[in-house]
Amino acid sequence: MARQLSKRYGTRAGPDMLALSGVDIEVAHDEFVTLVGPSGCGKSTLLKLFGGVIRPSEGVLSFDGRPLEQPSRNIGMVFQRPVLLPWRSVLGNILFPVEMLGYRVADYRDEAKRLIELVGLAGFERARPDELSGGMQQRVSICRALVYDPKILLMDEPFAALDAMTREELGVELLDIWTKRKKTIVFVTHSIPEAVLLADRVVVMTPRPGRIVREITVRLPRPRSLAMEFTPEFKEHVETIRALIYAGPRGRS
Amino acid sequence: MRLAHGLKAAFKEYASAALILMGFLVAWQLVCDWTEVPVWLLPSPSRIFVETWKLRAVLPQHILATLWAVLGGFFLALATAVPLAIAVVYSPLLRRVTYPPLLMLQSVPKVAMAPLLLIWIGYGVSARMIIAATVAFFPIVINTATGLEAADAELLDLTRSLGASRLKVFWKVRLPWALPYLFSSLKVAITLAVIGAVVAEFVGADKGLGYLILTSAGSMQTALMFGALVLLSLLGIICFYAVVWIEKLLCPWYLSVRDPADGR
Repeated sequence: MARQLSKRYGTRAGPDMLALSGVDIEVAHDEFVTLVGPSGCGKSTLLKLFGGVIRPSEGVLSFDGRPLEQPSRNIGMVFQRPVLLPWRSVLGNILFPVEMLGYRVADYRDEAKRLIELVGLAGFERARPDELSGGMQQRVSICRALVYDPKILLMDEPFAALDAMTREELGVELLDIWTKRKKTIVFVTHSIPEAVLLADRVVVMTPRPGRIVREITVRLPRPRSLAMEFTPEFKEHVETIRALIYAGPRGRS
Repeated sequence: MRLAHGLKAAFKEYASAALILMGFLVAWQLVCDWTEVPVWLLPSPSRIFVETWKLRAVLPQHILATLWAVLGGFFLALATAVPLAIAVVYSPLLRRVTYPPLLMLQSVPKVAMAPLLLIWIGYGVSARMIIAATVAFFPIVINTATGLEAADAELLDLTRSLGASRLKVFWKVRLPWALPYLFSSLKVAITLAVIGAVVAEFVGADKGLGYLILTSAGSMQTALMFGALVLLSLLGIICFYAVVWIEKLLCPWYLSVRDPADGR
């Protein structure tokens, strides 16, 4: 998916800051990959590059063997905050990307309603965002990313702003959605247990400059459940990743 | 039930203010009746009413003249300030070119400029509208520009990842996002337009409430002057609440966020 990807940011003081350095990453179809690492390790930058929000300074992005055309209709994005349009209803917000893409809204209304049902928001179609809880708003933003059926879902710490319980609940729900509508998911998180619980593969990143230190394939059976967090395999994965991150940017790996 | 509750709440909110106003008027009346305050210095409320009522045949045209100047100035300001704000947001060059002179213009007292403007434009109602507009213009430009740039950065990232055109993003994201900002400036602008209209009437007009105040002051008809002042402030209040009402219609999401007493 990405080859030798770098991103430089011009800074006001002195030399350019290197946010990402020589990142190689391959994501398979329908794979669930989590990017984990401390602040400043470039994981959000990487996600923005995938999303076509910013352009790489060096390197190439490809999709199915072809250079990734950007912006791409194959990509859905979910952010840490729901960033909904406050004046629109739940349904209107979910249909927003359809309008931005220039598709016919009427063709997607049924799909939007199915998604609303899938995330348990049936009956709230006409509600405005300020009438919903944080967790419900984030569910809406997930539906918004899914409505035009993109192949890839990019999620930038989507549950970080939620309370611990809602966070776990939504994690399990996301896995459920992922099994029902096959997607490739790239999921950025600060939380190591969350990264392990969700992923097929955890990509560990370190900062200054942002780079990948190791990729760890998670050998836990699916479907996953919260109870797995108490198994020895789970704990082992978490420990390995924690060691990698705290070893520092030049740590032994 | 809900209506009754609403009425009760409204009564609670306004009753104390109304009582204080009544008490004030009664005290004023009593002071005027019991002391020897000359009428030209402080006429009693009842006298103000009587003197003003005598002019009821001509008052509507004065009120309407001022109202036209206010509304004309307000809409003229709106119609020029919003496009300018949009242009400034989308063109950094235009921003650099227009902001300094705009700031300079804003720092000149409009009252002092009114005579000059009247010499240039003439003394008709359109001139009074233009003066009102120049006073109301500035806050609309600044607030609208701020509002157009206030749209959430991640939301804009999302529109970019979907390849949406700038025009579409403008209509569906930036403009609605700016509406609450626009309205908060319009509430300021409408009161400024009233000031601008009165200033214009002071400088040169043959009707209007400002003209009435000026002429009644000239002939020591203090009661009539008070009457015109009351009418002027009523006109200002009504215009202000008209803007508030339109805001409620157009940005219900915004007001319900700010106002927890909204019933939910």
